[in-house]
Amino acid sequence: MINASLKALAGQLAAGTVSSEELARAYLDRIETLNPLLNAFISLDRDKTLAEARAADARRAAGSAGPLTGVPLAHKDLFCQQGWKTSCGSRMLDNFVSPYDAHVVEQCKAAGMVTLGRTNMDEFAMGSSNENSWYGPVKNPWDVNAIPGGSSGGSAVAVAARLTPVATATDTGGSIRQPASHCGITGLKPTYGVVSRYGMVAFASSLDQGGVVAQTAEDCALMLNVMAGFDKRDSTSVERAAEDYARDLARPLAGLKVGLPREYFAEGLSPEVARVVEAAVAELKKQGATVVDVSLPNTALSIPSYYVIAPAEASSNLSRYDGVRYGHRAAEYADLVDMYEKTRAEGFGAEVKRRIMVGTYVLSHGYYDAYYIKAQKIRRLIANDFVEAFKSCDVILGPVAPTAAFDLGSMNNDPVEMYLSDIYTLSVNLAGLPGMSVPAGFAANGRPIGLQLIGNYFGEARLLNVAHQFQLATDWHTQQPAL
Amino acid sequence: MKWEVVIGLEVHTQLSTVSKIFSGASTAFGAAPNTQACNIDLAYPGVLPVLNEAAVDKAIRLGLALGSKINQKNVFARKNYFYPDLPKGYQISQMDLPVVEGGQIAIQLGDEEKVIRLTRAHLEEDAGKSLHEDFHGLSGIDLNRAGTPLLEIVSEPDMRSVEEAVAYARALYTLVTWLGICDGNMQEGSFRMDVNVSVRPQGQEAFGTRREIKNLNSFRFLEQAAKYEIQWQIDQLEDGGKIQQATVLFDPDTGETRMMRSKEDAHDYRYFPDPDLLPVRIGDEWIARVKGEMPELPEQMKARFAEQYGLSAYDAALLTASLAQARYFEAAAGDCGQGKLVANWINGEIAARLNRDGGDIAACPIGPQRLAGLVMRIADATLSSKLAKQVFDAMWDCDLSADAIIERDGLKQVSDVGAIEKMVEDAIAANPKAVEEFRAGKEKALNALAGQVMKASKGKANPAQVLEILKNKLTA
Repeated sequence: MINASLKALAGQLAAGTVSSEELARAYLDRIETLNPLLNAFISLDRDKTLAEARAADARRAAGSAGPLTGVPLAHKDLFCQQGWKTSCGSRMLDNFVSPYDAHVVEQCKAAGMVTLGRTNMDEFAMGSSNENSWYGPVKNPWDVNAIPGGSSGGSAVAVAARLTPVATATDTGGSIRQPASHCGITGLKPTYGVVSRYGMVAFASSLDQGGVVAQTAEDCALMLNVMAGFDKRDSTSVERAAEDYARDLARPLAGLKVGLPREYFAEGLSPEVARVVEAAVAELKKQGATVVDVSLPNTALSIPSYYVIAPAEASSNLSRYDGVRYGHRAAEYADLVDMYEKTRAEGFGAEVKRRIMVGTYVLSHGYYDAYYIKAQKIRRLIANDFVEAFKSCDVILGPVAPTAAFDLGSMNNDPVEMYLSDIYTLSVNLAGLPGMSVPAGFAANGRPIGLQLIGNYFGEARLLNVAHQFQLATDWHTQQPAL
Repeated sequence: MKWEVVIGLEVHTQLSTVSKIFSGASTAFGAAPNTQACNIDLAYPGVLPVLNEAAVDKAIRLGLALGSKINQKNVFARKNYFYPDLPKGYQISQMDLPVVEGGQIAIQLGDEEKVIRLTRAHLEEDAGKSLHEDFHGLSGIDLNRAGTPLLEIVSEPDMRSVEEAVAYARALYTLVTWLGICDGNMQEGSFRMDVNVSVRPQGQEAFGTRREIKNLNSFRFLEQAAKYEIQWQIDQLEDGGKIQQATVLFDPDTGETRMMRSKEDAHDYRYFPDPDLLPVRIGDEWIARVKGEMPELPEQMKARFAEQYGLSAYDAALLTASLAQARYFEAAAGDCGQGKLVANWINGEIAARLNRDGGDIAACPIGPQRLAGLVMRIADATLSSKLAKQVFDAMWDCDLSADAIIERDGLKQVSDVGAIEKMVEDAIAANPKAVEEFRAGKEKALNALAGQVMKASKGKANPAQVLEILKNKLTA
């Protein structure tokens, strides 16, 4: 049961072979056993979870269950959830219990899904290794000496270790795709604007996008059906007709044009990741896809432009954590400025402080044009690169990260080295496109390697179709870590 | 040395929307602290602003009234600084692309008119309030005002005297209240002025260094503060000193301005476009809709009043000093068809009394319909002007109509020739001395006789008729 997909569990609930309460208890028991090792969850509340599960069972008994009613899930600890601590992995919000639900949480509740708990993450979603959490690093279930990826490391590990069938996540520069890749699971970052940001604690507003990590592409499609939709409380939410993201899953891949950006297969890509990606390309070709050479010439500029724009927005977004109204406040201080300084010095971790300082600097008088404006221009060029590329292909395929998961603690002294590992994921956020990570193989040391698929704007259904067809022919996504 | 004064104003007008500019919380004044601040106003993690388009409507109204350019694409930016009553750590404002650019407004200085140019008007949210009393060394924060929509209206440095500055502020005040975009309640902070003041030697082209007086909430303070500041700057310069660019505060108790911060202490606000809000696109349809909802503007109405009711420009200007006054006039004039008479009453007796009591037309106890009723009785000669005044006095203190008072007090003017002839004859008989004097050529004696007749009629006889009949009888 624990290994079943979201789809399978939904089927069992519908058939009455299992109750939501039984499912919730089974997962909670497993979490209780494994979380001390993996540290995937920040908050658990057995009573609350079981109450939700019983309510779902009652709803089913009343005949008003939806397709996912009673299925458990976990929320990344940056989706505000009423009555739950919403810490964002930060000491700053360690005492913050949200008074309201994020749009995504509302949607999941309305579907009747049951909250197992709140997953660990890099503080304020800033990080690629999940080592930046106030609650300690998350461990990769494939190898507890490896990082799980970040920032949605807790969500990815919870799915990989079968602590939940599915988890919400967010992706600002790769925070869904990279941990999904490192944990051997499937992750989907939708087009910017498809999932409302209302109630998602902001890191970089123009890049943040909610999404999902699950075992399969099909499960991602089912979840996106729940999570997506226009929300007038988010001005950047896109108003479009509702769609069934699972509608194209069964479509054969014959005639599919797959673009391979030559910049993604250049220097810096490890041979074993290259080998995995090439094998995946071969599989798609076998299914009738054709391969097209495309170019994304400004890829290298995605790192500097991202690391200007994201910190700039973050420096402003995180100003509200001032100790005045909620969250951490220093115990002792001399005056207002001292209160601000001590509160923020204590409340934020090193990486968050680093980005606030960088962001403050690039927005400063006299530097704004040279950094922020220039980065925005590059962002436009990067988006145009994709527009050009999609003229000759349906999806773009490449690696998620240059290597499989690196060792915990191995990059702590070199933040820039860690930033460079985001090279294949950042452009997607800068352009606002949908992207996926799909399990496609393993490194020699047994750590998983994912394949990145990038779709055109609002091309989620096609992307999910390609991933699903790939998964029908491969079993990488069904493999589990030995725990 | 002769000095020339240069003044520019930045006015923060609070827009009279029902809810805040980026949240659904109420903007009503005076609620218990923090009861009108929702999750968005409190800047909880994860909340997002959504623009209240009613605020944009009001900005467009002003732009249209000033003949400004309405920017079809305008952008909200974040102005970053830390302060306890600024919940997000930034204020959402407009920087590079404000909603309104350019435009002008005419001010009246005695008989002369001068045009003041507007630089821009941009939308922004207000901050909350810090309360430093009653908390024993601590500060209280009230976020009810946080997120209230403001339109900051910036003038060019076109004013050359304090009088011009005050006239400009008043003209702008009249306009924003006229347009219904601001309730004009200055005590509640609905119209707050920052004044940039500099002086330069007469004839010099380059501006002097300016100092900005912040947050004045009455025209009297504006006048006092600017006068003090100008003299202070001239004194400095004449003593061989220099003016440093600075922000200053006005202390109404001492009548002085004092330094708040120098240019060196100025914040770096790190403006950048707010990524939570899309650029506002104002299409022709939006502008056309707002245009259709606009009231007739004061200048247009003034011209129409003069033309339609045969009023002097002066009277028309007085009547259009506020929209409420103009509407009162039109209601009364429409009811009785006597525009000129109605105008005389409003600009005369009513204005004098309201002025005495310190109220405006809204405080007038006689509504336009009742005034029309009174005017009709003057027009049809039922009331002499003296009687009319008497009826008006009675109306001021009760809510009876003019007719009801005339009836109650028997104040109808007597125009019955027979009755007046009888009274005239009685007066001639009773005052032979006066009659003799008149016949001897003393015209004045006629007035004495007429006075006797009026007295006998208890003031109700038609005075013109009395005089005519008297003359006839005496010269017959």
